Amino acid sequence: MKAWVFGDDIDTDVLAPGRYMKLGIEEISKHCLESVLPGFASSVRKDDVVVAGRNFGCGSSREQAPAALKELGVSALLAESFAGLFYRNSLNLGLPALVCGGARRIRSGDQLRIDYDKGEIENLTTGETLPFEPIPAHLMEMVRDGGLLPHLEKRLKCRTTS
Amino acid sequence: MKQTLAQKLVARAAGKSSVKPGEIVTCKVDLAMMHDSGGPRRVKPMLERLGAKVWDPSKVVVITDHYLPAYDEESRRIIHIARHWAASAGVQNLYDGQGICHVVLPERGHLRPGMFVVGGDSHSPTGGAFAAYMFGVGATEMLGVLVTGEIWLKVPHTIVMDFSGELSSGVSAKDMMLFLIGRFGLDGGQYQAVEYRGAAIRKLAMQERMTLCNMTAELGGQTGLISSDQVTEAFLKTRIETWESDRDAPVLAHHRFNATELAPQVAAPHSPANTKPVGEFKDVKPTLAYIGACTGAKLEDLRMAAVVLKGRKAKMRLLVAPASLRDQETAEKEGTLKILLDAGAELLPNACGICAGYGEHLLPENMVAISSTARNFKGRMGAASSQVYLGSPYTVAASAVAGRICDPREFLQ
Repeated sequence: MKAWVFGDDIDTDVLAPGRYMKLGIEEISKHCLESVLPGFASSVRKDDVVVAGRNFGCGSSREQAPAALKELGVSALLAESFAGLFYRNSLNLGLPALVCGGARRIRSGDQLRIDYDKGEIENLTTGETLPFEPIPAHLMEMVRDGGLLPHLEKRLKCRTTS
Repeated sequence: MKQTLAQKLVARAAGKSSVKPGEIVTCKVDLAMMHDSGGPRRVKPMLERLGAKVWDPSKVVVITDHYLPAYDEESRRIIHIARHWAASAGVQNLYDGQGICHVVLPERGHLRPGMFVVGGDSHSPTGGAFAAYMFGVGATEMLGVLVTGEIWLKVPHTIVMDFSGELSSGVSAKDMMLFLIGRFGLDGGQYQAVEYRGAAIRKLAMQERMTLCNMTAELGGQTGLISSDQVTEAFLKTRIETWESDRDAPVLAHHRFNATELAPQVAAPHSPANTKPVGEFKDVKPTLAYIGACTGAKLEDLRMAAVVLKGRKAKMRLLVAPASLRDQETAEKEGTLKILLDAGAELLPNACGICAGYGEHLLPENMVAISSTARNFKGRMGAASSQVYLGSPYTVAASAVAGRICDPREFLQ
């Protein structure tokens, strides 16, 4: 899992630009972060991790912002803090958004490993271990189910069968 | 236990007598508002996948504002889905082509103090101006609300922004917000409830209060709140309950400012937090002035622009997209619209338009613009190389007349 590091206040307009919003997520994701890091969409690989500073995902309620990252194969987001609406959207899509006070210590290109049980990020490049705040307990089941839609699907099925 | 307005609103929706900040609660939703972009086109396929129906169609409002006027195949399809879905789901509250959702919702009487409301748009805190707990959610979260009628919430702390005194002539709610965002940053609201209090707030017209709560999104609050009073009641034209914080209810922070001392503010590219007093930007020469959006083109905003533009001509292209059809009609009846048009303004449809990066008038490469909208993030309103400065409707109008970013008070002596 390679780290891609960004700064503070990365907003939803750079994650999912409005002019592409009428298109499907596959098209939108090609333009994800292009205005701050040209070529990101074509270079990022499956399971890579996006790391940022404060207030990641500020701005719009557009769910296409975390959805674009997920579409590109990003497996987790690490940041010092997230904008609240974006945080809810990410978890609702089953994309883990992890609050990590030491996110700034990670450099672009570092290889990371995330241990969800221990709540730790291991930086394989530097040998450093960084703790992250656990995802709130009432949301963990939903994230494990892959997001709110599959979670609701499971709940509705249980209701019909019981 | 002393409770803030936010706590009281959440407690009511959660069916509890009181709640504590930090507590996780499940709230019953009184009203769910969606627009064409984040609404039907996104939730319809998910509802179908679940085989689920809307929990209570009478509590859902659909407003088309993002892809209007439809200008190509995709936008026509998106608008069609919104209209068709509303009808098939039994949602009678469809406002099609009536203006921007945050302005249309209270204008058509859907908000009352005490309500708990979700909106499928980040500027949903606008509804907090009516002492309703209103906040933005994404499409999947909206699906959850549509299926269950409920949503989880971490009970917010309250951050109080207390303005004494009274705004000077040529200074507006927009300036208050740009000042606060510049001072506290895009995450200053910490996703808590931001409550606006003080003598200066009480003196604000309802739509100016809406501007405060609207830009609580840029301040990073979950919602912005103002307790209800006679101004709220007069706007809603109906008897309302008073909803307000208990005296001395504990808050996370209480910031005090004197509104009388506030100068017009401008935010430089590419962040609403890049704010300084207008005088710092007098060498900037935009080629486009834009008065638009739920933040900056309500009736009160158009009136502000007219105060400056009366008897004057714009020296640059001036685009005006009134936030709602009803506001535009009122502006026309009272003569406000004529003042804008006589100054050279071009009228655009009652929709989100350029502000949200939608439609046909996006900013071209390297264009410098002054705008009454809420956000100037890189590439939001068009090309990534365009430069957007944010100001109040007074400041945008004054800049249009001066040919450079200009303090509106120069025209209001």
